[in-house]
This record gives sequence, C-alpha cells and structure tokens, in this order.
Amino acid sequence: MKPRKFLAPAAAAAVLALALTACGGGSSSGGSGGGDAASQNMDGRGPITFVSGKDNSGVWQPTIDRWNAAHPNEKVTLKEQTDQADQQHDDLVQHFQAQQSDYDVVTVDVVWSAEFAAKGWLQPLKDKMAVDTAKLLPATVKAATYNGTAYAVPISSDGGLLYYRKDLVPNPPKTWDEMMGMCSIAKAHDMGCYAGQYSKYEGLTVNAAEAINTFGGKIVDDQGKAVVNSAEAKTGLGKLVDAFKSGNIAKQALTYQEEQGRKAFEDGKLLFLRNWPYVYNLAKTDGASTVKDTFGVAPLPGMSGPGASSLGGHSAAVSVYSKNKATAHDFAQWLIQDEQQKFFALKGSLAPVASALYTDSDIVSKLPYMPTLLTSIQNAVPRPVTPYYPAVTKAVQDNAYAALQGDKSVDQAVSDMQAAIDAAGH
Amino acid sequence: MSTEVPSKTGETDTGRRGRGPGMAGAESADRRQTTQGRWAYTLLAPTLILLAVVIIYPVINAIILSFQKDAGLDKATGFFVQGGFAGVDNYTHWILQQCGSEKCPPGTLGAQFWGAMGTTFLFAAITVILETVLGFWMAIVMARAFKGRSLLRASVLVPWAIPTAVTAKLFFFMFAFDGIINTVFHSSILWTGSEWPARWAIIISDVWKTTPFMALLILAGLQLIPDEVYEAAKVDGAGTWQRFTQITLPLVKPALMVAILFRTLDALRMYDLPAILTGGANNTTTLSILVVQQIRQGFNVASALSTITFVTIFLVAFIFVRFLGANAVESANPRKK
Repeated sequence: MKPRKFLAPAAAAAVLALALTACGGGSSSGGSGGGDAASQNMDGRGPITFVSGKDNSGVWQPTIDRWNAAHPNEKVTLKEQTDQADQQHDDLVQHFQAQQSDYDVVTVDVVWSAEFAAKGWLQPLKDKMAVDTAKLLPATVKAATYNGTAYAVPISSDGGLLYYRKDLVPNPPKTWDEMMGMCSIAKAHDMGCYAGQYSKYEGLTVNAAEAINTFGGKIVDDQGKAVVNSAEAKTGLGKLVDAFKSGNIAKQALTYQEEQGRKAFEDGKLLFLRNWPYVYNLAKTDGASTVKDTFGVAPLPGMSGPGASSLGGHSAAVSVYSKNKATAHDFAQWLIQDEQQKFFALKGSLAPVASALYTDSDIVSKLPYMPTLLTSIQNAVPRPVTPYYPAVTKAVQDNAYAALQGDKSVDQAVSDMQAAIDAAGH
Repeated sequence: MSTEVPSKTGETDTGRRGRGPGMAGAESADRRQTTQGRWAYTLLAPTLILLAVVIIYPVINAIILSFQKDAGLDKATGFFVQGGFAGVDNYTHWILQQCGSEKCPPGTLGAQFWGAMGTTFLFAAITVILETVLGFWMAIVMARAFKGRSLLRASVLVPWAIPTAVTAKLFFFMFAFDGIINTVFHSSILWTGSEWPARWAIIISDVWKTTPFMALLILAGLQLIPDEVYEAAKVDGAGTWQRFTQITLPLVKPALMVAILFRTLDALRMYDLPAILTGGANNTTTLSILVVQQIRQGFNVASALSTITFVTIFLVAFIFVRFLGANAVESANPRKK
C-alpha cells in the first residue's frame, strides 16, 4: 500500500496537468526542399481553389465570377480564411505541411513569402511558370522575390503616408528635421506633434524599419544577413528616440497602434501622423472626426527627400502541391491586369501594384491620396525578406521598444538587434 | 486493489455501488470483486482509449519532437532541410538560454525564458491570492439568505461567462492612455506602456474575471456545512470569528483547496489575457505566450518549451495534491491515514 500513497497523487496530478496543458503537441515535418513537387503538374488545367483572408470589402467573389464566366473549364473557387493574419498564416502552414493539393493559389502577406518559399511550398515562378511583372512597382516585386527567384505575384500594395494639418502647416515638411522644426507650431496650439505606431507589435517593426531605411541603414542585406549594426541605422533609430526624449512624440505613443493614432489625429490632438491610406476616408467621413476639411496627405518625410516607407500588401502564390498549375499561373497573372487592379482599387480601396493606375482619373477622383501614395510606394523598402521573419521582427521590436522607452541606448539596441537576428537559425 | 485505477477517473460510482452489499462469504466476494474489476476495465476502455488518443499521444509526440532539431537553412540552396536529432539542445536553449554556442542576445525568445517563468509564477501567486480572499468574501455574502440572493448569484457569474478574449479587449480599451480608467482617476498612467502598470492591468482584469469562479466553488463548499454545527457552536458561546476559524475554514477546506488548485493550474498557463492586453510587452510574457511565439519560429524548440511548461505545472499540481491535500480526484474515497 505504501507506493500507492505516492502514486495516487502523482497520477492525479498528471491527469490534471495533462488536461490543462494538452494544447502543445501537433505535428511538424519541417520543410524538405519540395523539389519534386515543384516540377510536377506544370501543364495541369482544371478547377482550382483560391485562398484569401476574409473578404471584408467583397472584391473577390465578383472578380472570380468574371474569371469563371470566361473560363468555364477552369473554374476558380474562393476559400475564405479568418480575418486574423496570424490565423491565416497558420492555416496555410497546416495545409502545406500536409502537402494537400486543395489550396492552389494562396494569398500571402508580403512578409510571409520568403518563409514559405524557403520551406519549398511555393512554386518558383520561372520558365513555364514565369509571370510578366515589368509594369509593376519594383518594391512590390522585390518583396515577393527570394534568393533571386520570384515566388509570388504582388496583387495589392500599401505604403505609409504623412497626415498633416493643412490649416496649421500650409506646406508639409519634406524632411524629418524640417518636421521636427515645425513642432513649435504644435506646442503653440497645445497639441502633440508627431506619432506613428510604437506599441510593441508588428507596427513597431514597420516604423523602426522606416526610420532605419530612411537614413540609409538596412536591417538585413540581400543574402538575408543582419547588417543593422551601422552608423546609418543608429542615426535613423536615434531620430525616433530623440523625438520621444524631446516630447515631439508624446510618451503615450508607446501604446499606439494604428487606431489610437488615428483617433488622436481625428480629435485634433496631433499635428502630424504616420499611418496607412485607410485613415484617409475615415478621417474625411467619420462622425467623430474634427479634421474633416483641415488635413492633407504627403509622402513620409525623409533625410533630404521622401522617406522610405515600409511596404504592405499581399501577393498571390501557387502551391507546389497544386494539380492544376497552368490554370493557377494564368489566374495569378490575370489578377495583375489593369481591369482587375482597377476594380480592387475602386471596390476595396486596395493600392494597385502597377504605377500607371495611380493617376487613373476614376481612381483618383474616388481616392484622392493615390498620387501621394505612389510616391510613398516608389520609395518604399520591403521589410526584411528572410525565412526567419518572425525572429527578425521580434529582434527589431524588442530592442527598438527598449530604446524608445529609454531603457537602452541606441547603440546598444542596434547591436543587440544585430546579435538577435544573427542568433535566428541556430 | 483493482478498483484503485478506475477510482482516479471518477467514473466508478456504478462499479462501487454494485459491489456494495457483501452478503456472501469472503471467498466468493473476492471472486466477484475480480470479475467486476475486469468488467469495470471493459466499460472504461473506450474512455481510456479516447484519453490516450487525444491527450497522451500528443504529449508523447511533443516530447519526441522536443529532441529533434528544427529545420535549418541550407545556405547553398536557400531551402530548409530537416534538422535531425538534437539531443537536449532544445532544453539547454531554454534553461541555460543558449543560442548556438553563445548566450541568447536580448530580442530572442530564448533570452526571455526565465523572465517568462518568473512572470508566470508572479501572476499565478498574486491573482490566486486575491481571488481566494475576494472569492471567499463573495461566497460568504452569497451564502446568506436575503432577498434577491438568486439575482446576485446569477449576476456574479457575468464576468466569468464573458469570453476571456472579450474581457481582455474591454480592459485594453479601459486601460488605454485616454481610456476610462485614466479619465476617472485623473491620472496619466501608461498602463500598457511600462512594466508594473502593465502587470497590474493584467492582474486586475484576471481577478475581475475569475473571482466569481472561486466564489461559486467556495459557495458550494459552504452549503455543505450543516446549520446545526453553527447553532451548536453558538450555544457553546463561540463568537463570529471563532465560528469562522473553527468551523467554516476547516469544513470548507476540501472545496477551497480544489478551487485553489484549479485556479493555480489555470493561472500558470495564462495566455489570452496578457496576449491581447499587452502582447507580452513590458515583461508580461507568460510561458504560454512564449510557446505560441516560438511555434512560429520553430516547432521542435517550441515542443521542448511546452514540455518544460508541462513538467512545471505537473510539479505544482503534485505538490498541491500530495502535500497540501487538495483532493480533486479522490473525494469519493476518503484517504485512510
């Protein structure tokens, strides 16, 4: 009976602990080249499935209906995922790991393409599968290219804009230093000067990368090696840190994501705001907006000219496990044609990937910020294209956040960033 | 002996009741017991198999994976290749905070392990203590007979009934810089922008949400105490405080320990509240958040971390069951001293 005295509680504890932690587990098969799958089914034609995040603006079904009307034997079915980016990512990973052929064309966020490509899950778009991207904005193509090979077709883009109060600042600042000089105007009106997204999440990577790229720094080079420990990167991050120190960026911006900044700007509490184009229509029409007629948009301020925006947007990629790759390829190529791109812009306010459309009169009359956005995207730098993106963005966020809080010197933050990116992959 | 195993699953009521009246001689009772033990196993088999499939298998699988290297990048091709056997590298990565041959630099997940462990236990300790004290008080109030008692009992459940993600989002807005909490108290605290305010924000939200759970479990225990015991104590001249410490506390202890055990284990795997409220910023990363972040960076290393988490929680559960007498699973079978 003695051992039972010990065993019973142990078993009880085990059952409890198991029941409470049985969320881990799962399966992992890593990635094994996928070289064989990539050379198969290149001529396959037939029905395919197109996978996209939740279609909140209703652009996909009408688009697919148009394709289906013209291609009755190669019908596309829409599969909608959730509207959460993380869940979309994990859903794709699960389907790829299981080598399922039920996802033919998938939409990927710009920062996922390198990871998926390195895992061998995306069909290289070369030779028979090549897609003509000559008309597209170079930054969008670069973000979909890994190791010199295109793995996805950019289908929508996005870039940062500087929102400013044109009633207080008639001419928007062209450079960062010029903008900091205008902060006295904000003080005189008892409002905050500038804000972006500095809460510790993906938005901080976007903003820190913009500061670093704008002043000539780089986070990783074309081979994916960390090169962030440079004088230029320190200058860039230092500009943000100085702005926090001087109060030009208020300390509450440390808790700002996109929406908090938009709200502060619409309440008239901010002179300048870095945000995405979606803010434009909201600030014009939102009932709570006090700046409906008094704000303007400009390219992000830079070192001497426009700043280097981080690039947003999505691409379409063909799964290596697809059975009908010829159809998948044609469909992806069809999505970047002007007719579809214009529809995306008018119906879903998505930024086109071809520069010509940014001055299209229909689009500009509906979305007046488009020419400004073109400047932003023409100067944009993709976020690090690396298969270790989750580790890289974590390294940038943690260290940039500590620097902005004043817990860490800029030099230390940048050198830790470098070390942390180097450590990825060990 | 044979009935011991089933008793742990808590499904032995039928088995035990059937055995009850031992009319026949000792020998035949013995034989019947054996037969019934076998019968009990047969009846339990589906449950045990199901448990094995949905719980044991994933856990074993995770442990196996935790000894595999994550896929690494082949520099020549740019593709990931299978990692192979890793030995205990994935464990030393966390426990010794080794990234490759050097110490994990700040900004890696490995560097956060001990911090996350500390944060997790800190949250568990503070929230469980607060919830126990407040829950006890609420239970005592609810145990009284007064007008509107059932309304109170129902309304107390509201915070518990709200999904944690919704609670977290609600508090996220309330703790915003220009949110209602700063407005009401005329303060300008960056609740989600620095370490201790962020931690308190999480603790406050968690206590708000789970105190009702504590209260109801304790209330169930309180209602088992017969009124006669209190009456007898009153007759003997015991005061309110004496009645509480001499009668209420000892008699409610079994229920209380189970409630504390459940809450502690629950708090040790806290994920959604800090994940939504702070995203793990400002040293509010718990072990579960670390596991989820690591899953995106490498599955096998994440398996090692979830195994470490599992063992940690197992140890805590063991200590509770063995040394503090939290009898969550054996209450039908009073232990013989």
